[in-house]
Amino acid sequence: MLHQALFFLIAAMCVAGAINLLLQRHPIHSALSLIVVMGSLALLYLLLGAEFVAMIQLIVYAGAIMVLFVFVIMLLNAGEEEHTRGSRMALWFGAPAVAAIVGMVVYVLTSNSTTLREVHLGAWASTTHDVAMPLFREYLLPFEVTSILILIAILGAVVLARREH
Amino acid sequence: MNPTTNEIQSIAILPELILSVAGIVVMLADPFLGAKSNRRPLGYLALAGTVAALFATAMQRSSPGASYFRVIQVDDFSVFFHFVIIAITAVVTLSSLDYLEQQRIRAGEYYALLLFGTVGMCLMTSARELLMLFIALEISSIATYVLAGFRLRSAASAESSLKYFLLGSFATAFFLYGVALIYGATGTTNIPAIAAKLAEGSTTGLTVMALALMIVGMAFKISAAPFHVWTPDVYEGAPIPVVALMSTGPKAAAFALMLRVLFGAFGSLNEWWMPLIWVAAVLSMTLGNIGALMQNNVKRMLAYSSIAHAGYVLVAFAAQKEAGVSAAIFYTATYAAMNVGAFAVASYQAGEGERYVSIDDFAGLGRRSPVLATTLTIFMLSLIGIPLTGGFFAKFYVFKAALASDMIWLTVIGVANSAIAAYYYLRLIVVMYMKEGDESTPLLPVPVSVATGLLVAAGLTLYLGILPESTLDFAIKGARQLLLIH
Amino acid sequence: MTDNQLLPYLPVLLQLLVAAGIGAGMVALSAIIGHRKYSRVKMQAYECGMTPTGDAQHRFSVKFYLVAMLFILFDVEAIFLIPWAVVYKDLLRKFGWFGFWEMIIYIGIVLVGLIYIWKKGVIDWNVDDAKESASGSD
Repeated sequence: MLHQALFFLIAAMCVAGAINLLLQRHPIHSALSLIVVMGSLALLYLLLGAEFVAMIQLIVYAGAIMVLFVFVIMLLNAGEEEHTRGSRMALWFGAPAVAAIVGMVVYVLTSNSTTLREVHLGAWASTTHDVAMPLFREYLLPFEVTSILILIAILGAVVLARREH
Repeated sequence: MNPTTNEIQSIAILPELILSVAGIVVMLADPFLGAKSNRRPLGYLALAGTVAALFATAMQRSSPGASYFRVIQVDDFSVFFHFVIIAITAVVTLSSLDYLEQQRIRAGEYYALLLFGTVGMCLMTSARELLMLFIALEISSIATYVLAGFRLRSAASAESSLKYFLLGSFATAFFLYGVALIYGATGTTNIPAIAAKLAEGSTTGLTVMALALMIVGMAFKISAAPFHVWTPDVYEGAPIPVVALMSTGPKAAAFALMLRVLFGAFGSLNEWWMPLIWVAAVLSMTLGNIGALMQNNVKRMLAYSSIAHAGYVLVAFAAQKEAGVSAAIFYTATYAAMNVGAFAVASYQAGEGERYVSIDDFAGLGRRSPVLATTLTIFMLSLIGIPLTGGFFAKFYVFKAALASDMIWLTVIGVANSAIAAYYYLRLIVVMYMKEGDESTPLLPVPVSVATGLLVAAGLTLYLGILPESTLDFAIKGARQLLLIH
Repeated sequence: MTDNQLLPYLPVLLQLLVAAGIGAGMVALSAIIGHRKYSRVKMQAYECGMTPTGDAQHRFSVKFYLVAMLFILFDVEAIFLIPWAVVYKDLLRKFGWFGFWEMIIYIGIVLVGLIYIWKKGVIDWNVDDAKESASGSD
């Protein structure tokens, strides 16, 4: 009961943040709403018992990535956005398609709810220790290879954002 | 006894190791070279890395098996794709050497990204663990996103990079959602384990949903219709050698991934994905060829043609079984050879700032540069599917496999499409030889590096067209091992 | 509910509530009981006591973007150190030095990125700053 109440509370916070993000006209306000979304997502992960993921969500997304967002907004000196009438394509094809996909996901997940396991409130599905052991053993190679991914991102950032003299 | 040591067999990732080390050396060497100094040695270093990786791949054939805690699978299938992908990178490097100097593109980062991207593509073909596949897919994709934006002075290049990045990461998100759902349904992300689990249990909505989402992500990567819309715009803006790479390398890797996922993991669900692949094949062939007919820009024309070719490969997917899978593998190799060659010609002919990329700019190329014109003719004939070129046998095996699986309509549509396609490929040949170009345009002497790259690509195209048996045998072995593994 | 593992997070929740309460309370109280006087000087933006000049929203140097981007990347790297530190003793006991070297290799590769940006002068803010900051978009 408590679990459901908490879930709906946090989920409502998340959705409200997302809607506010879209409605705000100033990019900084949108960015601040995004922090609400990220933070409530972290709480949802915590509710699911994924402690480590919740922490990463806070440190990387609500922390580092939001800093980047705000910097880029200030870099572009983006003012209030101009409203266009919106694309007709998006209205006639995009919206029904999104509705169909969301409907399908909801249907599939609810119809499979008996076979899927439930998480009980406060039962850790995975502690940091549980995450760490496979990460440094079974998933050793994927872990090591992410370092190459980081190198690519460094190269990309330097190439695209910096002029050679 | 340390349980980990026998899991770590560096031979299983030796080509990737070599490429990573080469990439790291290039990346480190670049800032230590002066700002004005010649970056060409870095290109040679990258080339040496790819050649060494090719040898390492050859060594891998004698030590197949799973390693790294069943994350990596070395078999004929992975070795074949390693050969294809690393050879593509080698030819792209060769055609980049002069191009980069001409366009004043920062070479150090370029070669490093090229090598790192190849690491990702190679891992995509040998991974048998969805997590590894996903990270490899990201490595290959992100490297290509950045490479597409390397023409810093061109707005089209920035547009290309941004479009590719936004749509590409959206598509990868679909793939990742599929991975998450299949983990929810089966409790594992290991492909053989998923296959075993799916074979024993009944199909639930969850697995079908996962399958559908993963197909969306993969279809985007191979630019199959209806997920192809990004292709012409992205190819138009990106530097031509990069287009040569991304129309073949990541695509070959994505085909390998798709084969591994569809036949390896979802083999028992084939009645679910077969119709989807059938529709995507027909749409890709038709939309690709019709689109290509209407282009005046060679890059855009080849972009639509690559959509059409993705359709032909999907015909082989639909044909299924050993014949279909081996035809798909063979087609990927042939397509890589001829397409990378065609783009190598275009990249040299384009000139500074990529000014000469419309079909009319190829007028009189037969006179100005017989080497470029001859090799481009070979590639165009192969793309049509004329006998004695690799394209012929590639199409032949695909349609043969389709007929053997009683897919008459698919074969008819495919053959009709090949006939339409002949028009726009031949048009380019006609323009090169029959139309007189501007008399004042100078002759185009071909530098050694470009000539070597063209020679390799043209040689392979002809080799696959004259002596396809040994390569096909290799592909059949790879297909057999892929289908056996679960 | 003694074994409930969300329980350790209760102080965090309480602290959040207290913080939100104090923040909201201060604003609300001053709105309710505070005196209000408006003058032109008082309504000016506060800029360390100096008279404000120009627009507050001037363009940032593109260098901030790079710094933020690199911050994310090294942040992600640091994230991997946390689970490693948590299980480090277990790793050593079970796999010996392998558990140590796997992280050293990882850090070594990422270190290459640091050397690269260092030598490229990305973190050197003294080099012709004016030229760089104006040239972000052209």
